[in-house]
Amino acid sequence: MTSIQTTERRKAFAFVAPALVWVLAFFVVPFAVMAAVSVSRMEGRDIVHGFFLDNYIRFFADPSLFKGLLISLEITGMVTVISVLLAYPLAWIIAMQVPARWQRLALMLAVLPFWTSYVVRSYAWLLVLGQNGVINKALMGMGLIAAPLEIASTRTASVIGFVHFFVMLLTLTIYSNLIQLSPNYARAAADLGASAFSTFRHVILPLTLPGVVTGAFLTFVLCIGDYITPQILGGNNELTLPQLIMLQLGRRGDFPMASAMSIILMAVVTLAYFACARWLKLDRV
Amino acid sequence: MGRVVSWIYLFVLYGFIFLPVAVLVLFSFQDGRLPVPPFKGPTLKWYEAVLGNGDLMAALGNSFLVALLSSGMALFLGFLAAHALSRHRLPGSVLMRGILIAPMTVSYLIIALGLLTVFNRIGLPPSLLATGIGHVIINLPLCFSILYAAMGDHQKNAERAARDLGASEAKVLWLVSAPMLVAPMLAAFFLSVTFSWDEFIIAFLLTRFDVTLPVEIWSMLRSGLSPKTNAIGSLVFLASISILIVLEFTVFRKVRK
Amino acid sequence: MTAAVSVRNVLHRFDDFTALHSVDLDISAGEFIVLLGPSGCGKTTLLSILGGFLTPSQGQILIGGRDMTQVPPKDRPTTTMFQDYALFPHMTLLDNVGFGLRMRGQARRQREAKAHDMLAMVGLDEKAKAKPHELSGGQRQRVALARALAVDPDVLLLDEPLGALDLKLRRQMQDELKAIQRRVGTTFVHVTHDQEEAMAVADRIVVMNQGRIEDVGAPQRIYLHPATRFAANFMGEINMIPATATSDGISTPLGDVLIRAGLDGPLSLCLRPESIGLSGDIALGPARLLDAAFFGTHFRCHFAPLAAPDLTLVVHLPQSGHPQIGTTHTLFATTAKVLPA
Repeated sequence: MTSIQTTERRKAFAFVAPALVWVLAFFVVPFAVMAAVSVSRMEGRDIVHGFFLDNYIRFFADPSLFKGLLISLEITGMVTVISVLLAYPLAWIIAMQVPARWQRLALMLAVLPFWTSYVVRSYAWLLVLGQNGVINKALMGMGLIAAPLEIASTRTASVIGFVHFFVMLLTLTIYSNLIQLSPNYARAAADLGASAFSTFRHVILPLTLPGVVTGAFLTFVLCIGDYITPQILGGNNELTLPQLIMLQLGRRGDFPMASAMSIILMAVVTLAYFACARWLKLDRV
Repeated sequence: MGRVVSWIYLFVLYGFIFLPVAVLVLFSFQDGRLPVPPFKGPTLKWYEAVLGNGDLMAALGNSFLVALLSSGMALFLGFLAAHALSRHRLPGSVLMRGILIAPMTVSYLIIALGLLTVFNRIGLPPSLLATGIGHVIINLPLCFSILYAAMGDHQKNAERAARDLGASEAKVLWLVSAPMLVAPMLAAFFLSVTFSWDEFIIAFLLTRFDVTLPVEIWSMLRSGLSPKTNAIGSLVFLASISILIVLEFTVFRKVRK
Repeated sequence: MTAAVSVRNVLHRFDDFTALHSVDLDISAGEFIVLLGPSGCGKTTLLSILGGFLTPSQGQILIGGRDMTQVPPKDRPTTTMFQDYALFPHMTLLDNVGFGLRMRGQARRQREAKAHDMLAMVGLDEKAKAKPHELSGGQRQRVALARALAVDPDVLLLDEPLGALDLKLRRQMQDELKAIQRRVGTTFVHVTHDQEEAMAVADRIVVMNQGRIEDVGAPQRIYLHPATRFAANFMGEINMIPATATSDGISTPLGDVLIRAGLDGPLSLCLRPESIGLSGDIALGPARLLDAAFFGTHFRCHFAPLAAPDLTLVVHLPQSGHPQIGTTHTLFATTAKVLPA
């Protein structure tokens, strides 16, 4: 009995081992190396190993760097809130008001632009929001504005680009939450005298909250770590943390600083995780 | 009344969601140098330019190669691991699951930076291979968790029956487990292909001479707005939704049944 | 509180499928009515129409004499106990049971007192602060009952409320349900496909099939004197012997039976297995015992009548007997019913 169990176990370990080795070699080890590099020091073009907190100290002391974190947090916070507020009603309408046989089509349509390339999608917003873009041309054509609005290359453009992407993502997650609820919950509430609003407020919303928080967390993580959207749409006036990290790498080859900033980025995400861990059901995304 | 508000909201949001795609596709037919209004009549010359562009076509091929190989690898590793962890009570299985899923919680930028640092040290130059390795890292957690979730009890019983009838472990995997999981495996594979195909930052940091499509498009953006970018973007979109529609009517229809 | 319910000429269509064909039914105040039938017979559709979750394509629903056909669920004097109970998983039992009163704007103290009373009635007051997932199936069912009754409805609608419970618990809950109904006096309309459950709780049973009512009446009447073949079969096992009417009774392969049919054409003589035995007033002639199985309360036997060896009769013989396979016995019946074939 025991020997059979042991061979079984050995076999099972043999099956897990390849995946585990891959993740250890190409994720855990690189991450550890990066952490080690983040406490090293650049001297000239060489990296001197040791345990120096220079990079971290410099990050918090240098306003041009620290501001990147604040800007990232502001944009991400705004994007997360706006996306949830826009996506929830959309998901609700698709789940509750669109006839069942059209729901799948409605949902597929709502997330169709998901399937354009991420880079191209940001570029497309540039065409919409730019000085000669569709919006400005349309508003000027209607005589609503005299001079083109400066939307592209601002934070607003970044936020719009992000919201566009995350509304689709959140609509998907919230819809799948709503559709999983037994329709009898809403029926029971109405049956016991609840108005449509009370049913939503006391029953539907609390029951979908974990899904919403999970989606919001996902939005937060993906948004705060994204380089493409702010780089294409946000202009050069205010740089986000990922943009600053890329800047350290590109212009100066400063791996220690880039690593330190990445660790800080990760720490922020981890904090966010613990802030909403109570509601998160990551295994059910 | 409430219904009318709902429909209005629905259509306003659909408008917002489709606006950039509509503009992208429309101005890919622009008969002019800039993809901005006014629209100057349809032409296919930008599509011609794209299809005749050697760099773009090479990048397209590279993207395909990296996406297919890295997704295949992620699926293979994920399947074996999911099989072992869902069937056997192993010491430390919670930790192992945690490690396998961990890359999902980290920004691609950080994964890329870590790999770049390590590859620099061991002398692996930026290349499609390096990018592919990175893409396996981002897709392995996905494949693992999809398959792990799909391996239910009824499957466990079928596997037991097969073993009981004398099948070796490899035969069980090949003749029973894998065929029963065709739908989730295809779903995981195609999702991985999509992610790898569209991934930018890892490919950007880990390739140099042979690049993938998103990186090539990125470098096209440097030279400013051009209907050519619209054309390649529209082509990618068209290809993606074609695959999606095929999947919808084949794989996913089966998954739901 | 309690009220009479009147279903008048109610017809309901889903797209091109007619779920209910012009149903008429009167339910008295305080009655325990069971809608009984196989799945797809329209019983759940009728319940949904009573609860206001469906508006019938045609016809009227009166509750307490008032037309309720177009009134939404929240304004009806009905509450529903759902098949999956639909207890709100994020609320304690107390909040679940007090929900309806809260929606009616009752103050916290008042509604919690009432919720405690209701929980006490179903024997779960000590679990008031627990959440539904901490309960067993039977306990959830009780909470659902308490929640539905907390708002003092005139009519309680129960949609297969015991379907999710195992057999033993189901029998126990039937008794409780019946006792609680007697205590509160509310009109109960209960849907099930289990005829034993129906007989256990109902004052009157409504047997439904394919969107029509087949029979309405007290359990004993429907079981012993069903109005239709469907009702006869659905209420339990029954022998159907082909028959034709004669001048003073009916003629069957087992001989003539002196029972007034009042019907013409091909008929069936319907005999419950326990109505057939070794004594009685209707002679069925000699029959050979094919097999017998001990069922605890009786022996379940198959007999082949000598007069018609192709027929097989199912007969329940007393548990104290020692039936010998292959022996021949003379069978008699006590209660019989003749229906058109």
